[in-house]
Amino acid sequence: MTDPQLHDVTLTVNGKSYTETVEARWSLADFLRHKLGLTGTHLGCEHGVCGACTILLEGRSVRGCLTLAVQANGKAVDTVEGLAPSKTELNTLQEAFWEHHGLQCGFCTPGILMTLTEFLRDTPDPTEAEVREALSGNICRCTGYQGIVNATMDAAKKLRTNSNG
Amino acid sequence: MSTHLVGQRIKRIEDPNLLSGRGQFVDDLKLPNMLHAAFMRSPLAHARITSIDVTEASSMPGVHMVWTAQNLPSSMRGRRLLLQVPNPAIRHPFTQEPLASKEVCFVGEPVAVVVAESRHLAEDACERIVVEYEALPVSADCEAAIKPGAGISHTNIEDNIAAQFTLDFGDVDAAFRDAPHIFQDRYFQHRGTANPMEGRGIIAAHDPISNNFTVWSATQSPFIIRRALVDMFQVEESAIRVIAPKDVGGGFGPKGMSYPEDVVLPALAQDLGRPVKWIEDRREHFLTTTQERDQIWDVSIAVDNDGKILGLRGRLAHDTGAYLPWGIITPYISTTTIAGPYIVPTFKFDTTVIFTNKPPTTPLRGAGRPQAVFAMERTLDLVAEKLHLNKAEIRRRNLIPASSMPYQMGLIFRDGAPVVYDSGDYPACQAMALEGCDYTGFAMRQKAARAEGRYIGIGIANAVEGTGLGPFEGATIKVMPSGRVALKTGAAPQGQAHHTTLAQLCAEELNISIDKIDVLTGDTNAVSLGVGTFASRIAVNAGSSVHLATRTVYGKLMKLAAAVLQVGEDDLEMEEGEIRITGEQGDSVSFSDLATMMNGVPGFKLPDGIEAGLEATHYFQPSQAAYANGSHVAVVEVDIETGEVKILRYVVAHDCGNLINPMIVDGQVQGGVAHGIGNALLEHLYYDENANPLTTTFAEYLLPTAELVPNVEILHLESPNPNNPLGVKGAGEGGTLPAAAVIAAAIDDALSSFGVRFKDAPIRPHQIVAAVKGSTN
Repeated sequence: MTDPQLHDVTLTVNGKSYTETVEARWSLADFLRHKLGLTGTHLGCEHGVCGACTILLEGRSVRGCLTLAVQANGKAVDTVEGLAPSKTELNTLQEAFWEHHGLQCGFCTPGILMTLTEFLRDTPDPTEAEVREALSGNICRCTGYQGIVNATMDAAKKLRTNSNG
Repeated sequence: MSTHLVGQRIKRIEDPNLLSGRGQFVDDLKLPNMLHAAFMRSPLAHARITSIDVTEASSMPGVHMVWTAQNLPSSMRGRRLLLQVPNPAIRHPFTQEPLASKEVCFVGEPVAVVVAESRHLAEDACERIVVEYEALPVSADCEAAIKPGAGISHTNIEDNIAAQFTLDFGDVDAAFRDAPHIFQDRYFQHRGTANPMEGRGIIAAHDPISNNFTVWSATQSPFIIRRALVDMFQVEESAIRVIAPKDVGGGFGPKGMSYPEDVVLPALAQDLGRPVKWIEDRREHFLTTTQERDQIWDVSIAVDNDGKILGLRGRLAHDTGAYLPWGIITPYISTTTIAGPYIVPTFKFDTTVIFTNKPPTTPLRGAGRPQAVFAMERTLDLVAEKLHLNKAEIRRRNLIPASSMPYQMGLIFRDGAPVVYDSGDYPACQAMALEGCDYTGFAMRQKAARAEGRYIGIGIANAVEGTGLGPFEGATIKVMPSGRVALKTGAAPQGQAHHTTLAQLCAEELNISIDKIDVLTGDTNAVSLGVGTFASRIAVNAGSSVHLATRTVYGKLMKLAAAVLQVGEDDLEMEEGEIRITGEQGDSVSFSDLATMMNGVPGFKLPDGIEAGLEATHYFQPSQAAYANGSHVAVVEVDIETGEVKILRYVVAHDCGNLINPMIVDGQVQGGVAHGIGNALLEHLYYDENANPLTTTFAEYLLPTAELVPNVEILHLESPNPNNPLGVKGAGEGGTLPAAAVIAAAIDDALSSFGVRFKDAPIRPHQIVAAVKGSTN
């Protein structure tokens, strides 16, 4: 490692450990997409507003575009690729999005799913207004949000039933 | 059983991959040896390029190529992009050069391109390109641009007028001369952006053996890109394959255009012998992707004592920006839309298309119609106020009755055919929306709210939209030896669920389940000819083609099965990929057997009377536009201290003919309304007096969020379109059309005690506060 611009980064993504060499200026989102080939995390604005690149870092939502890859060294990252229990199944939130037409082009969807994964974990019994506030940091240009809100309310209900049962 | 898939809320076949992070957007694609491009762009709105020095940039590590206009292949030098929709009214048919050679005409126009090992390195090198400019006078404002002494947008023209045309019918002068009432006002809807969450993006590759290009583009129209490339490279169509990846992250109009990057990338790939990728970033989207809405309308209306319209006339000033990549389609659509669902006996509008040194304007969700609807609906609100009529009543008195359908409006539409509203019941649609929002009870609710110090108001607006424009879109249906069915079309989706809806149409006819169909969209190799996804035209055009091609394949299957099973076709039934003799123990033959048979045995003849291949291609050509319509009613609450507007209810009664998948149509309407709410309350691209853009991030240019957009309560009328076999009309844009008008009307109503009347959109909080403070009441 002679180039001072290069750094080794070791991190866990969706439970799997990776070590890569990366330039200091690389964003975590670029790192996931182009170094690890995890292209489910999308970049919509690269200035932290649209929320398409939202991922979980140590369980908290962050903007993948505003987080540097080196900042994730030694940490655990969760992305959309890690949500479903298997390649042929969807989790409860994903199923609800499918059922309630919560996506159209699907570009903002990964970031929205990650935002809501954190939200429903912390707020298992939300009001619709709380869902809308949680979503206010994610821009969707296609759906007008109603399908997303309906899906989230439905997923929350099913998750509560599952955990009570 | 799979019968009656059409008309059902079928879950989308697109979704599982998109929900799992397995989408295939253009930036997700990676080719071996791929390089990355970045464009160096003009920092000035109008300037002459006096020198360019790329010496330092060219020597930077990882840089493979730096091109300016001088380095373009000789065949491209001095050429401009194809003007895809010419019109004799255009005085100066200006389109962009691949790279600006001598003159830049808006901030963001590409001047040079760098290709490097990574996007980082390419952008680093762009910063080391030294360009000297000589600033030129700027045309920054479409109103000022046609006044004496205005800065001229291009150096080789005398004034900023790009085109002028007049559309009229009836004796409008006589109508105004004799009318008991004439009202006049001016309306301005401002420039906004498409801002799909995925920007534009291209990967170009060149095969030196065949001398063929393959281009993956986040486009709405692979065939439009191919036309641009065929024109630029002067090659056969077969030498260029353009593919819209399976997933394209929204479009809304501007991704249907062809751009300088579209022709530069293939040229770079050819020269370098390596694939090259360029992904638009958000700043580039704000600077360079086409925009829309800047229109100033001067509208005069003549009415009788009952408020019945006698004539409509005025002027439209349309800002086309620096170029005319889509001709004058947008203002033409605007002018032919303003009469809307109303009986307008006489009509005359003069339209002036004006060059400014801003990004070009081309159709953006609504395509010139939202401005026209805004102008008309605000005009009717003015008449209602002046004649002391209810806003719903003034409209009811002027709506075209269902008994007058088909209704010839009097103008020629952009498709070259007369505007003939094919079907619909506009009065019933308005009544449905009013009922849905308890319009008659609103006055009481408003009074009660005022007693609590709350300002709530209601608005209503109607629109008619020419959708489903031709000339055609194609589809091929083929039964494969596996027994599965291939559905191929050049039409390209960006979230509208074409895979699902087209598969529904095919599956319905063949009586198979939807998961037996493999859909391929957005590939110029899929079918021979194509146009693109715009003008809410895919259900009408590609949908009808799928339906008709599937009918043909159905006929071939039945004929062949009858020959094989040695019975009449009437004795056969088709279900889940099997054709069997009707009855409990009948013999059967499968799609797989038949398709294998139809591949033929080398050297052996096919059965008598049987045509080769279990496939069919159809290009549906609509005879005219399909006219959809809608009535919107909204209730808002205005905070007079902060200017915040909350949308309390939003009801849409919508008629887009038969519904193929109601869930998807509702999603289109809800999303369309959301876009219109952005136009009503948020989206305004600001430029300074030198046409420098001031809103180039999502922090400066606000898009609607989940906290602003309400649940849209959607009611459907289904008046089948008689001009296509499915009875459908377009649904993608209708939600946007009346939204700004209905929100403006509701705000006015909420603030009626202040005598406020908004005539521009968007209506921002500071404008509301200023209007309330400035009122004399």
